[in-house]
Amino acid sequence: MIAALAFYFFAAILIASAVMVVTSRNPVHSVLFLILCFFNASALFLIAGAEFLAMILVIVYVGAVAVLFLFVVMMLDIDFARLREGFQRYAPVGAAVGGVLFLELLMVLGTWRFADDAASLRINPTTPGGISNTAAIGRILYTDYIYLFQASGAVLLVAMLGAIVLTLRDRPGTKRQSVAVQVARDPKLVETRAVALGAGLDTIGIRRPLPPPEPPKKVEHAADHAADHGGHH
Amino acid sequence: MFDIGLVHYLTVGAILFVLGIFGIFLNRKNVIVILMSVELILLAVNMNLVGFSSVLQDLTGQIFAMLILTVAAAEAAIGLAIVVIYYRNRGSIEVEDISTLRG
Repeated sequence: MIAALAFYFFAAILIASAVMVVTSRNPVHSVLFLILCFFNASALFLIAGAEFLAMILVIVYVGAVAVLFLFVVMMLDIDFARLREGFQRYAPVGAAVGGVLFLELLMVLGTWRFADDAASLRINPTTPGGISNTAAIGRILYTDYIYLFQASGAVLLVAMLGAIVLTLRDRPGTKRQSVAVQVARDPKLVETRAVALGAGLDTIGIRRPLPPPEPPKKVEHAADHAADHGGHH
Repeated sequence: MFDIGLVHYLTVGAILFVLGIFGIFLNRKNVIVILMSVELILLAVNMNLVGFSSVLQDLTGQIFAMLILTVAAAEAAIGLAIVVIYYRNRGSIEVEDISTLRG
């Protein structure tokens, strides 16, 4: 009874916030509703008994993915009003496609039933009582599904490398220290000298020579002072 | 009515899935909201898997859901990286211009 009421409560909030995600005017609000969505989905997972997955959902989705979305939405300076052109134009098409899809899913749901020997076809049946959900998942994830576990780690590694490679750039005009260039400098161009301790640059005379004296400036306003500087022109 | 079974989870999953599809149609120009709709669709798939796993008392569905979670996180990271470099190059994220990315 309590579980059923909680299910309806969380499911209602989940669907309402999903509606707000796709129809919200401001993408920042969309991301915040997406976070609410994930929280409610994790509550539904808890009701279903998948505790570990519920916690993972909060950690991974809310803690990483949704914050990443929020970061990008706030970082890019986008005119979101312009992006909403055609909102009304596409809405009927989307509603039609979504409605047809939903009806088809309901029809599948209405005529579908479990196979008679579904209970005997289970791969990893949970043992009643005893270990918790997390321990049970750990027991099969690190033994039977170790290759899948490693493969998902590889997927995450490739995603991390891809994101770094895509977004890394060196801007022209910034000055960075390049150790390799410094070490590999041409000894003919740069002279290394041994300088005695305490000897200033003046003493050993390696100061840069003074620039040549500038030629005297020509007088522009010759008309006024022509008499004073007679013979200048 | 007060007995939560597989049908309830599948219905919630179907509604979420349809809302994700609807969001892709509705926000044709805003690629960030499209990525969020894809996350909603993946969440619907996870909901179905967890529902089956719970009803059948089989842990395989939860393992599957974890793998889908991994793929969703990787997809979000790569997708948002592409959005950032596209914005850097073009100054907007309108999806209709993205056909210039070909070849």
